[in-house]
Amino acid sequence: MRRLLFTLPLFALAALAVVFALGLSPNRDPHAIDSPLVGKPVAGFVAPALVNGESGVAAGDLRTDAYRGQVVAINFFASWCLPCRAEHPLLKKLAIKAGLPVLGLAWKDKKKASQDFLDELGNPYFQVGSDENGRIGITSFGITGVPETFILDKEGIIRARIPGPLSDDLIETQLLPLIKDLQK
Amino acid sequence: MITELGHYALVLALVLALAQSVIPLVGAQRNLRPWMALAQPAAVGQFFLLGLSFLALVHAYVVSDFSVAAVYENSHSAQPLIYKVAAAWGNHEGSLLLWVLILGFFGALVAAFGNNLPLRLKSRVLAVQAMISTGFLVFMLLTSNPFARLGQAPLEGRQLNPMLQDPGLAFHPPMLYLGYVGLSMSFSFAIAALLEGSVDAAWARWVRPWTLLSWTTLTCGIVLGSRWAYYELGWGGWWYWDPVENASFMPWLIATALLHSAIVVEKRDSLKAWTILLAILGFAFSMLGTFLVRSGVITSVHAFAQDPARGIFILALLAIAIGGSLSLFAWRAPILKPGGFFAPISREGSLVLNNLLLAVLAATVLFGTLAPLILNVMNLGTISVGPPYFQTVFVPIAMPLVLIAAIGPFLGWKRGDLPGALQRLAAAGIAAAIAIGFAWYMADGASFMALAGMALAAWLFIGTLIEWAGRVKLGGSLGASWSRAIRLPRSAYGMTLAHAGLAVAIVGMTGSIAWKQEKVAVLHVGQSIEVGDTSYRLDDIRKVTVDNYLADRATIVASQNGQLLALLTPERRQYLVPSPPTTESAIHSNFARDVYVVVGEPDGQGGWTVRIYVEPLVLWIWLGGGLMALGGVVSLTDRRYRVGAPSKMLARKSEVAARA
Repeated sequence: MRRLLFTLPLFALAALAVVFALGLSPNRDPHAIDSPLVGKPVAGFVAPALVNGESGVAAGDLRTDAYRGQVVAINFFASWCLPCRAEHPLLKKLAIKAGLPVLGLAWKDKKKASQDFLDELGNPYFQVGSDENGRIGITSFGITGVPETFILDKEGIIRARIPGPLSDDLIETQLLPLIKDLQK
Repeated sequence: MITELGHYALVLALVLALAQSVIPLVGAQRNLRPWMALAQPAAVGQFFLLGLSFLALVHAYVVSDFSVAAVYENSHSAQPLIYKVAAAWGNHEGSLLLWVLILGFFGALVAAFGNNLPLRLKSRVLAVQAMISTGFLVFMLLTSNPFARLGQAPLEGRQLNPMLQDPGLAFHPPMLYLGYVGLSMSFSFAIAALLEGSVDAAWARWVRPWTLLSWTTLTCGIVLGSRWAYYELGWGGWWYWDPVENASFMPWLIATALLHSAIVVEKRDSLKAWTILLAILGFAFSMLGTFLVRSGVITSVHAFAQDPARGIFILALLAIAIGGSLSLFAWRAPILKPGGFFAPISREGSLVLNNLLLAVLAATVLFGTLAPLILNVMNLGTISVGPPYFQTVFVPIAMPLVLIAAIGPFLGWKRGDLPGALQRLAAAGIAAAIAIGFAWYMADGASFMALAGMALAAWLFIGTLIEWAGRVKLGGSLGASWSRAIRLPRSAYGMTLAHAGLAVAIVGMTGSIAWKQEKVAVLHVGQSIEVGDTSYRLDDIRKVTVDNYLADRATIVASQNGQLLALLTPERRQYLVPSPPTTESAIHSNFARDVYVVVGEPDGQGGWTVRIYVEPLVLWIWLGGGLMALGGVVSLTDRRYRVGAPSKMLARKSEVAARA
């Protein structure tokens, strides 16, 4: 029994090593795990407005009304998320360069905190909704964390998913060509 | 040419390390003195070669030899000299060389000054060290050669990341590496002890200075890193629970535990297997940190060179080193005789509780850091772990730790008198109550956590002072107290300083989290905003040119009730090499609060985004951290490490035994 106790650390290490090895496998690039929802129309949701007096974000808008016939980007963020701060200036850049509305959803974040976050850094979003309990992110988009960005085509079908912060390089080499293509 | 010599020296160092990791070990097993004695010159030679190699690398940076790939990637001819030198270790390849150099340095220290170590133990320790250094040298030479040349030498380099061009950062990595590598020394001693099959008070005394050294430098490294993140990133805040920050924090927690458990081994000959396990885990966490930072398995803002091929190599290294040592532990540790029984309420008992809590804290941080990865690879969906998790899980476990840190020193060995200890701590209890009242009054009401934090800080600080006062019998004759005070061992002062430092740091952490204020506004020149009772006026904003960057430098006048408080000059910098603009915050700091001002983007109509943070008591965090590190330094100068009379006697005894 005592001997068994002394082997515990070894087993713990073995378990961790397996996780790491899986994590390193070339099939799992942490930046490019495809969500099963890519290629599907976005499931219905309604996110209440984050900014008072403006409208929130709802699936209805995406598929039919305001955005029908437009390619849109949806960005999940949170005030407690450090990479979101790093990515923040790039959102505006993406909106301008690609000529598309970027919608924001504050994920698992208190309303006040996300408002302060936008007050502090500026609001690059066309419309911002609040996903306070995180349900929209998980059920409608299957996100893996924040920041995460989705590109939806004219029909409201999810076409790309970018987990982790955007970068200049990523926008130039991958997103812009894809968006241009979808906008045709 | 010099670069090639550096590369060659590295290869030679590997050859020496290989010899040093095998021959002395066999010698120790078979009792062959000349084989064991080989470890000493090999360790010194290895250090010499690594030193040469490192100097060659620094030389390439200083003369800006852009035909060397790493120099091209990380340096620029217009960079100030200090950042050219710092760039040598501000990247993946160079930092590995620094790592191995420090390893070699510590090995050489053991070889040169470890005369009171039994030959057999010493040769085993050096052999284990050499194995670690072999692993890292192979890693470097195969996957991350710092001396790799470029086919075509570019005219100009890409420069060190502007964020890293900062004096604090020049010393942050070397400090952390000193800490990580110091833990590898404790690790080598643990493995050697397992091979010997015995752990005694003398062993604990040899391990303790290394643990202390690495704890002290880790503390410095973390404090510097947090300070750097605070003033350089321009986000306010001093800790983000980022995976890379956690990677340095976990070894620190384990080193803290090891520091305390080694006392029990030294004084009471107990907790041996646990201490050995902690020594192994301390190094395991350093390796884990290396893996997390350099493999790209977890996304973090501290992007280092991320390359899965390197990740696999480090993972293999980690599995061999830590898997091997934990197997050895499972096989040999059960034969270590447990000794010295004690009651639950005793000095030992409090140290055990301290160890348990620290281990749980480390596990909490580990879980929070790895949970997204674990769930992700197991296809169990995905989560994201941020500060809310750590604040709700970590802080409540850390609180009892602070509570017992004040009580523990009052308990006797074997069996302690808890009511007696609490009686002596009555003043600390009163201080805690006063702290609650004071915080409540000053802040006009506060959350439970904020009040608890302040109360605990007061409790620990006053408790620590009472303990010191008791030792020197303050209150009796002043002369007698004075002579007691100077004769008190340095390690006792170390504890007093470190515990008091922790209390000071807690004041800062609590204050800056609980009462932070932020305000953002677009200001035109001449306009001002109010934060609390202070007003900030944007007086001027102009373009300036410095060595290797251009900047918009704002002048902001802070005034309180019409009186000038401070002139602040935050900047927005554009470095000459294409890169996004960086912000340089301006901070006005005093004991009560920091005012932290950042200028952001212009709005195009003559207005500038100005962000103002008021961070109460934040300076105390780094003061406290500094005090803790000072405690480590003072403790390191303790007489028993320099003289070590009892250990020498034991050493001779075991050497006689080895010869027999």
